Amino acid sequence: MTWLIALNGVVVREILRFVHQRERFLGALVRPLIWLFVFAAGFRAALGIAIIPPYETYVTYEVYIVPGLIGMIQLFNGMQGSLSMVYDREMGSMRVLLTSPLPRGFLLFCRLLAGVVVSVLQVYAFLAVCWVYGIDLPMAGWLTVLPALILNGLMLGALGMLLASHIKQLENFAGVMNFVVFPLFFLSSALYPLYRMQEAGELLYWLCRVNPFTHGVETIRFALYGQVAGESLLVLGGALLLFLGLAIRGYSPARGMGSRAPSAAG
Amino acid sequence: MHPDVTALAVEDVRFAYQGKPALDGVGFTVEPGRFTALLGPNGAGKSTLFAIATGLLQPQSGRVRVLGHDLADDPVAALAHMGVVFQQPTLDLDLSVVQNLRYFAALHGIGRSKADARIEAELTRLAMFERRDEKVRRLNGGHRRRVEIARALLHRPALLLLDEPTVGLDLPTRRALIDHVHALARTDDIAVLWATHLIDEIDPATDRVVVLHRGGIRAAGTVLEVNRAAGASTITETFDRLTGGVAA
Repeated sequence: MTWLIALNGVVVREILRFVHQRERFLGALVRPLIWLFVFAAGFRAALGIAIIPPYETYVTYEVYIVPGLIGMIQLFNGMQGSLSMVYDREMGSMRVLLTSPLPRGFLLFCRLLAGVVVSVLQVYAFLAVCWVYGIDLPMAGWLTVLPALILNGLMLGALGMLLASHIKQLENFAGVMNFVVFPLFFLSSALYPLYRMQEAGELLYWLCRVNPFTHGVETIRFALYGQVAGESLLVLGGALLLFLGLAIRGYSPARGMGSRAPSAAG
Repeated sequence: MHPDVTALAVEDVRFAYQGKPALDGVGFTVEPGRFTALLGPNGAGKSTLFAIATGLLQPQSGRVRVLGHDLADDPVAALAHMGVVFQQPTLDLDLSVVQNLRYFAALHGIGRSKADARIEAELTRLAMFERRDEKVRRLNGGHRRRVEIARALLHRPALLLLDEPTVGLDLPTRRALIDHVHALARTDDIAVLWATHLIDEIDPATDRVVVLHRGGIRAAGTVLEVNRAAGASTITETFDRLTGGVAA
């Protein structure tokens, strides 16, 4: 019971914080919509997509990139979570969390799950816009995609948490965004199917294949059509466990509060 | 509450930052119903000690016990009895006072209705209940500190740790906070550890002091005892002698 109350408290706080930051909500929604309305509109003529699973017929480019853009929302949300953990650490509120009488791993997991809840809300807002815009997605997909969203959100959140435990100062954050977000996003199946990448070069193709974000996007893509992408699901789960384990280790008291010991002055 | 058990026992704690010792065999106790001042100039190791006493940092050797619970072996039980006010502000600025307090109560497993009752009681005690729905961003430094003290007491801790809580506050606000926490120790039988480098925050008649300097304990006991041991007549003089006159 204590654990549930704590989990609920952390999730409510995260939602309240999100609601209070209207710009963040708009930003989270506008970014994928620009890709959808502008980028996809321009590319639909240039890029034809062959019939590949889970699609059973030719699909428009907009339909193809929706799972990628969902992944993008969650990717940015994971990084936002990372930023807010570094911020909380600098501002001190991470101390309040970590001095609560609950196992540290559980507290970090609460924090992670709270971020996922926020990202899932963003994804559904995005799906609603897609629906209004007339993008053809199966209605049942709204439900079947949920487990994939939770899993992908957890994986990206854990990655963000891992990064946060290694970022010493808030100022270093922009660099991390460039070196993490862009490669993860562009070296994935979010914008183009991997067979296209294979045509471009084996190395690029290989990089895309080992990118956990690719597998997050594919898990979402298949889940939207009520299917399970077996290999992607396994890679996604493995990446989640790896990142989560390393992140929790990063916050162990033996290492201080996420790689940053308190200043010795005082 | 727990009459026979020491509220906080720090035993031979050692900690070094990259080989540079910050705490070198530190040990002392904090008793229920007493206000213990951890007195030390800047750089003495107070913040490191605080991080260790709250479990944020693990000492390289030594132990910390809270009501007999070892912080390393049983952190959950130890932390459940501890209220902390950090030197840095730790409230969410964009949330209201009550939202901040409910979040904290939840972290301690206190359900909504019980939490609301305790929030009302603690805020009323600090004359902040009327402002419960205001965003913390709109409060001044003194009021934010009061909210943090109310927060640290929501789960009825036996031990209250405060790390230089008066930093940045004006004199009357500072005085009021010091008096409030002294009263808490007396009336609620709470063991208080108050880290400071300001001697005037100590009440010579009732407080115990622990003098920390360059990572080591230089004196510990009642004000009278440490003065006598240092051959001084006032705590200011004692502090100057023990720290080589680097006091504020």
